[in-house]
Amino acid sequence: MSETQNLTVVQAVRDGLYTEMREDDDVLVLGQDVGKNGGVFRATEGLFDEFGGDRVVDTPLAESGIVGAAVGMAAMGLKPVPEIQFSGFMYPGFDQIVSHMARFRTRSRGRFNLPMTLRAPYGGGIRAPEHHSESKEAFYAHEAGLKVVIPSTPYDAKGLLAASIRDPDPVIFLEPKLIYRAFRGEVPEEPYTVPIGEAVTRREGGDVAVFTYGAMTRPTLEAAETLAEEGIDCEVVDLRTVSPLDREAIVEAFESTGRAVVVHEAPKTGGLAGEITAIIQEEALLYQEAPVKRVTGFDVPYPLYALEDYYLPSATRIEEGIREAVEF
Amino acid sequence: MSVFDRAYDDPVRVLDEDGEVVGDVPDLGDEALVEMYRHMRLARHFDSRAVSLQRQGRMGTYPPLSGQEGAQIGSATALAEDDWIVPSYREHGAALVRGLPLKQTLLYWMGHEAGNATPEDVNVFPVAVPIASQVPHATGAAWASKLRGENDAFLCYFGDGATSEGDFHEGVNFAGVFDTPTVFFCNNNQWAISVPRERQTRSATLAQKAEAYGIDGVQVDGMDPLAVYSVTKAAVEKARDPETERPRPTLIEAIQYRFGAHTTADDPTVYRDDDEVESWKRKDPIPRLERYLRSEGVLDDERVAEIETSVETRVAEAIEAAESEVRPKPQEMFEHAYAELPPELERQYEEFAAFREAHGDEAFLEE
Repeated sequence: MSETQNLTVVQAVRDGLYTEMREDDDVLVLGQDVGKNGGVFRATEGLFDEFGGDRVVDTPLAESGIVGAAVGMAAMGLKPVPEIQFSGFMYPGFDQIVSHMARFRTRSRGRFNLPMTLRAPYGGGIRAPEHHSESKEAFYAHEAGLKVVIPSTPYDAKGLLAASIRDPDPVIFLEPKLIYRAFRGEVPEEPYTVPIGEAVTRREGGDVAVFTYGAMTRPTLEAAETLAEEGIDCEVVDLRTVSPLDREAIVEAFESTGRAVVVHEAPKTGGLAGEITAIIQEEALLYQEAPVKRVTGFDVPYPLYALEDYYLPSATRIEEGIREAVEF
Repeated sequence: MSVFDRAYDDPVRVLDEDGEVVGDVPDLGDEALVEMYRHMRLARHFDSRAVSLQRQGRMGTYPPLSGQEGAQIGSATALAEDDWIVPSYREHGAALVRGLPLKQTLLYWMGHEAGNATPEDVNVFPVAVPIASQVPHATGAAWASKLRGENDAFLCYFGDGATSEGDFHEGVNFAGVFDTPTVFFCNNNQWAISVPRERQTRSATLAQKAEAYGIDGVQVDGMDPLAVYSVTKAAVEKARDPETERPRPTLIEAIQYRFGAHTTADDPTVYRDDDEVESWKRKDPIPRLERYLRSEGVLDDERVAEIETSVETRVAEAIEAAESEVRPKPQEMFEHAYAELPPELERQYEEFAAFREAHGDEAFLEE
């Protein structure tokens, strides 16, 4: 019987890194402040002492350099796990991500694969300064050649991170920092993986399917409980991977209810909710009882923190969205 | 010999750590010197109050500047009225010299959009949080001034860590190629959060990076406000002069130290020794200038006490004003995304407003 630990999401990320580094000497971490400082969110705490400066590397302040160097390392068979301190600072490395990280396999006709996992905290709700709160997962989901993974529990954080590190293809691993320390969960000490590309049902229900991921999973479940008291029975599906989407799970959950709501904190236009809606329309049109409702952030630059509560979908906004889909 | 012909590792100094004169004192006049001193005291006091507001939960994450007043005030004081500063996110002191009300700085770090509304007559660019991203802007803005024949100088601030970013190199290279009136002012405070200066570059100095772009580069003791003033003054005058025989842009490396954390979310004791902090505190720019001004008879106990009181009053008033500012209105997040609200965004706003009307603010502010 394996031992478990009661960890937060960020501790589970740290444990996932630790476990994979112990299992495989090719795994290394690089980024800003990941070494001696242990990461600004402590996601790499203790790893520098455990594995040394060649495997837990403090780099110069240069995101393009971090991602690009990781591309080169991965092409040579290492399994780098670059960290970008906040997803809002990925853009200097964007060219490396879309022009190289996503395409090296294609460009070399399979000679080079890039088993690299780019980690970044993302999302809002922590009263952070500008550029520290955005959700831009759609940028990366739009880019063929990348997988985009977003855990919402400590167990998944460790298991999905391990799966990402072991995956032969490059993965963008976005960590919802709002729930980094919000709650704890049981996490096995031993290595394990949670498969990429598989959604999970967090709550069974027969009236409406609600799709979400990351930090929005919690208010969505909260809304579902409130609505249960009114007799509305929600199925809540945590997608866990936003590219590739678990098409089968989406269609299955939708077909059993004929109604759907998608919740994400990213802006509405061009967001994943549109893609999920299109899947439903393509695969299950004849089951549809109501328009798919999107409960999302607005199409505005993420506001400074005094207004962020008005931007992020709240449980009440989610409830209203679900009611709309159910009452149509 | 021009200040720009020095060796890259030979920082300009005017005052030593004890405030003794070791270089050419700039001809500023007594009142301007006292103003510099007052601004430095104001920046220091503002900083300590801002940190404590954050600790009390009255403000969000805040990046302290303590230790860097000499570099900020000395450089900003060297500008002419029509010149501009292009800051990163730590230049509250420089912005203050340029006329940005303290209340604005407070509001910004309190998360109010209104904190971004810099008055029209204050020549300060918006805060740039992504590292080095403002460097090409300073080049472009100065270039525009050159193209229009205005030839105002643009003073761009960034840190040692920023010199590792591509934007730094691209921005400085453009300045060299197009000979723009830009002064690149590197606040080398030794630490990019936990990463020491030696980890950013194998170069012996940051000033020498100017060489690669064919522009002037010079080091200055960044905790010596008079030296910073002199070097910046020379650089901005050269920048403004279309007839200069030297390159118009300059890279200034101001060697200094941040006494506190990178931001209030950071704990520097994890990565640097107290001894190191203490050794830099002996170079503190404020007592240094004060000693000099006292020795010249420009400051005395009475004047210092008056300055202390005025500084405390001004900061207290700014905090009072910022905290009594009405809560930002939610619709502000929809404003200014575009000159005119596009129909889809207008629709989203109306939906938002109707929801708020129906459910009240508590529907957003829940845990």
